[in-house]
Amino acid sequence: MTVQQRPASVTLGPVLFNWQPEKWRDFYFRIADEAPVSTVYLGETVCSKRAPLIEPYYAEVAERLQAAGKSVVFASLSEVLSRLDRKLAEQICTAEGFLVEANDGSALLHLKGRPHHIGPLMNVYNERTVAFLAGNGAQNVCLPVEMPASAVGALCQATRDLNVSIEVQVFGRQSLALSARCYHARAHGRTKDSCRFVCEEDPDGLELSTLDDRKFLTVNGVQTLSYEYLNLLREVPALRAMGVSRFRLSPHTIDMVEVAKIFAGVVAGGLGVEEAASRLEAMKPSAPFANGFYYGKPGYTWNGASAV
Amino acid sequence: MPETYTRPELVCPAGTPAALRTAVDAGADAVYCGFQNETNARNFPGLNFTPAELEASLGYAHAREAKVLLAVNTFPPAGKFDLWRDAVDIAARLKVDAMIVGDIGVADYAAKTYPELRLHLSVQAGASSPEAIRFYCQAFGIKRVVLPRILTVAEIAELHSEIPCEIEAFIFGNIGMMAEGRCSLTNYATGLSTNMDGVCSPAADVHYEDDSEGNLTTRLGPFMIDCFAGGENAGYPTICKGRYTCSANTDPYYAFEEPISLNLSALLPDLMKAGVTALKIEGRQRSRAYVKAVVAAFRKAVDDVMAGNAPALANLLALTEGHRETQGAFRSKAWR
Amino acid sequence: MPRSTRAAPPASSLRALLENIPGFLLAAAPLAVIQPILGHIAAHVAKNRPELFARLGVHARKRFLIDPTDLPFVLVLSPDNKRPQLRAYRRYEKPAHHAAIAGKFMILMEMIDGTLDGDALFFTRDLRVSGDTEAVVALRNALDDFEGSALDSVVSSFGPLAKPAALAVSALRSMQASHRHA
Repeated sequence: MTVQQRPASVTLGPVLFNWQPEKWRDFYFRIADEAPVSTVYLGETVCSKRAPLIEPYYAEVAERLQAAGKSVVFASLSEVLSRLDRKLAEQICTAEGFLVEANDGSALLHLKGRPHHIGPLMNVYNERTVAFLAGNGAQNVCLPVEMPASAVGALCQATRDLNVSIEVQVFGRQSLALSARCYHARAHGRTKDSCRFVCEEDPDGLELSTLDDRKFLTVNGVQTLSYEYLNLLREVPALRAMGVSRFRLSPHTIDMVEVAKIFAGVVAGGLGVEEAASRLEAMKPSAPFANGFYYGKPGYTWNGASAV
Repeated sequence: MPETYTRPELVCPAGTPAALRTAVDAGADAVYCGFQNETNARNFPGLNFTPAELEASLGYAHAREAKVLLAVNTFPPAGKFDLWRDAVDIAARLKVDAMIVGDIGVADYAAKTYPELRLHLSVQAGASSPEAIRFYCQAFGIKRVVLPRILTVAEIAELHSEIPCEIEAFIFGNIGMMAEGRCSLTNYATGLSTNMDGVCSPAADVHYEDDSEGNLTTRLGPFMIDCFAGGENAGYPTICKGRYTCSANTDPYYAFEEPISLNLSALLPDLMKAGVTALKIEGRQRSRAYVKAVVAAFRKAVDDVMAGNAPALANLLALTEGHRETQGAFRSKAWR
Repeated sequence: MPRSTRAAPPASSLRALLENIPGFLLAAAPLAVIQPILGHIAAHVAKNRPELFARLGVHARKRFLIDPTDLPFVLVLSPDNKRPQLRAYRRYEKPAHHAAIAGKFMILMEMIDGTLDGDALFFTRDLRVSGDTEAVVALRNALDDFEGSALDSVVSSFGPLAKPAALAVSALRSMQASHRHA
């Protein structure tokens, strides 16, 4: 029994936050030129109102990434409700010439029978679900961020004969919840319809603290994320051994090219885990690291090497 | 000229066999319940049914022409699928009137193994658009969708014409702010998952502290969720009903929602006109006293509407969280 | 379909007497007098409702402090199915416990009897919970599966004394109902 070894690589998830369109474009230009990532996911997954802001730059960003040898996958909207949402989901899913990552059930209908990816905001927890989705056309599944290592391992084991690669987020704030209500707008006394894009003020999200002044969560429009940044750098070798072949970074304002180099070094095996870990720690992101979900512990916790 | 309606099914919660009998006696058309494990989204200590209790409860309900729906609506992590498969097998053997599913793998197993078993799509599946609902209907022969509590009545009416299955909508009870089935906040704070373990704010991680001045502090794990002054109505320590601060609000505010309950009794005729054929009451974790009061009130209200009268609505405020109620998303988009 | 309506309110003199039960009768009653009654209740429930212990699971071995805040004593319930105990203590004795439930005597009684909703009482701050919250939830859920009225069952178990006890309970209920709607 040998674990099927697919070539391993680092991928870059979609920008979840509302960045200025030109900043968004320049971020991807630099990724195209400098970041050692195999696949880049593009698109607005959180809020359909934001989508038109970056749309004008899709073509040139995708071209630049592809010219640099990177695969481009368009990520679909995660919470599809209004007419606008539905239209956006359909547009993305029916675009010619690109793979699409499905982030909600409506995308599964649009993409049925065509090759596609499944995003981490879909609930794929077990082999039976993977097998069904593979029959629908799925080629790659990024697992939910809350999956513990035991379930990731069991899922990889049980799906290795399916033609589906398994991807896991290893860096960045962890998406914890989606809602129909916009909490950025609410924080400013507005509603989703009258938001005036106030989320653009917080390029890494709006941090919430508890009443006793403990940083807790991060608000990003209708999405709620962890305050801490997920860091599974030390767990990459174990994930690789389980059969995970794609390691996803979620973009922040921190230098993502450097983050990608560190993770790519570990994934490729050229960079020692401890050296890589100290390089990542030296970058000092704006919040502490966490890795609790992986160990079946509370997601905010940090578990040292002894937890392995 | 009074409107004419299709008689809707009143779908009521039961956390114990006694609560199930209470619901049936109070006029429930259908009762939903779950097993004593993580296969359902109300996996609370001391709650739920053994297979033997479910069998006896089916007998009680069927003798009184009420249906029993079984929720197998959580998401089995790889390595634990057997527990969910057993739940489906038992449901099929005992001939429950329908099974409520959320996971694609569980739905696939049930649809392929027991094609005669009626499937409802749980709110946990988070199917909020006609396209998502059609996907599940095509894939698994879903007969009814339980809608997320995020649509307006107008949107429900529009949706009704675009999907091939029945619609069940929540009309009363606890209102979670996050899209159902898409929330890991509990797991983030406690290490137990709503999707995989069937818990939201598990009691083992809930701590209440009363201080000498009468303030009540509620915590989930190490996180302070709220602090209520003496006399102020309290809520569950669920993360989405907590008070926080942020750079835009240095004074504590309810960042997601206040402690509040959904009550759509005033919108019943509108919902029935919109094509909702099953009206769901939340609260499997609540007491028989709650079940009796709420089911009886809605039984009467629905019967009033059917008879062409304005529904006489009992005051259910005493049972609501924070003693406040809302029509949530159902009235207008401004809620978002 | 609705259950039979409850007994008519008692004469006002009886009601006045009952209203004074907590402060007057029980305050004076030595615990030694109360204790056999409590022991009987525990034994009766254990014998007639074994499934209660299955619902309690691991929590059956815990000690629950039941604190009727308007009475001069507290109760400790150890629902262990082999040796269930319900014991009274003076409040100052501060008996050891895993979890505590506090509220007015009548409120606790109606919650145990399934006529008031525990969550609603918590929302309005009429019920306070501390310590092992999971154990309290398990106990609440286990008691809530008690068929019919737990109090009726216990009352009838007192045999020849059942009639006066039943009268007292029904009077207490009416009194409580009128308080609630006042």
